[in-house]
Amino acid sequence: MIAIIDYDAGNLTSVKRALDYLGIQSRITPDPDEIMTSERIIFPGVGHAASAMNTIIKRGLDQALKESYTKGTPILGICLGTQIILSHSMEGNTDCLGLIKGDCPEFKPENPRLKIPHMGWNQIRKLSDHPILDNVDPGDEFYFVHSFYPQPHNPSSILAVCEYEIEFPSVIGCNNLVATQFHPEKSGPAGLRILSNFSSWDGTIC
Amino acid sequence: MLSKRIISCLDVRDGNLAKSVKFVDTKDIGDPVSTAAKYYENGIDELVLYDITASSDNRNIMLDVVNKVASRIFIPFSVGGGLRTVQDCTNVLLAGAEKVNVNTAAVANPNLISDTAKVFGAQAVVLSMDVLEVEISQKIPSGYEVVTHGGRIHTGIDALWWAKKGQELGAGELVINSIDADGTKEGYEIRLTRKIADSVSIPVIASGGGGKPSHLHDVLTEGGADAALIASILHYNEYTIKEIKDYLSSRGIKVRKT
Repeated sequence: MIAIIDYDAGNLTSVKRALDYLGIQSRITPDPDEIMTSERIIFPGVGHAASAMNTIIKRGLDQALKESYTKGTPILGICLGTQIILSHSMEGNTDCLGLIKGDCPEFKPENPRLKIPHMGWNQIRKLSDHPILDNVDPGDEFYFVHSFYPQPHNPSSILAVCEYEIEFPSVIGCNNLVATQFHPEKSGPAGLRILSNFSSWDGTIC
Repeated sequence: MLSKRIISCLDVRDGNLAKSVKFVDTKDIGDPVSTAAKYYENGIDELVLYDITASSDNRNIMLDVVNKVASRIFIPFSVGGGLRTVQDCTNVLLAGAEKVNVNTAAVANPNLISDTAKVFGAQAVVLSMDVLEVEISQKIPSGYEVVTHGGRIHTGIDALWWAKKGQELGAGELVINSIDADGTKEGYEIRLTRKIADSVSIPVIASGGGGKPSHLHDVLTEGGADAALIASILHYNEYTIKEIKDYLSSRGIKVRKT
């Protein structure tokens, strides 16, 4: 069973629907105990970092996530969830969970024609053969909607990058934690492959 | 680099698929859920479901369609038509849509844009505008006027002004639908699309008039659009999504492979 963390961060049902379609069991839950006892955790999200952190702390989900990470439960962060696992976000200048050391700066393109948010389909370039990226081909595109991007301090935590004037980390990970800046649940067959890969990943890196 | 998006619009009336030509004489041509699933499988980048149901009694049929579509396709999709209040928008977002498409109601009540964006974020709010070319006047300096009710009602609002205002109010994207071009299959309104794309910093989706792949090429280059809406050329199997994307790709436009 995969626990999808409910912290009022919009559109949790789309992750659930994608897992249902793949025949993978999941449950949307705000309950820290249920999250800590589940086999796998998805930490999704659309919204604002500072307000999300408030809800997370209020519900005790920060501790649930930290403990689950420490004991090796496979965790998948998505979009805002990916930003919040870092130490800090510039969105609302807020301290975050710090599961991976890093920050979350805002896009500041020099080309005035580049639109922010970075929204739409874009390619990623793999830097690692992480199991979550199995069968993801070089031309595959994923759906992004974001104005801030994850920037881990340790370059080895960057599993894939994406180009939008600058090259920014689009998949990050460390130990049993992996996270995508794009929305796999909205990225067609390529995105579904990532969800499927996650559902069979044991949290170790070969 | 971002790909240009190819978006298909499905007009839905009483739960059935319809395609309007100049917004009159609509005829039903199929089931929206299976059509949405087919387009998804064939590589469409995004979908719009537009509710053209006349009677508000049948709104729940639309929510049911939205819910079914959301369980079958795993790409972004928006829902529009008849959304008058934040509650209407909330209902379709909870039913599984990523975005709402507001049009007539936003003209009457611009706060609908800002209020919805405050709750769900700008990325969830698409301002769709129906535009008619008119004589340039003091009131309409761009020569393009926002109209409603399929072009029957003139609002006296300049389309260029409204596009900028929509962005300011918190819309995350604009759909520019040319009533002059809609259903003609003779090409998008390039000049209108370009004027608006040059004046806003949010993505612009061109709509109305797409009849063949070269029309999409033109509006995505000369027209400055970030995405193009297509309807009848897919609904009547005149071109496949792959044919359209292969054509655009061969002419140097980056599109997501099918």
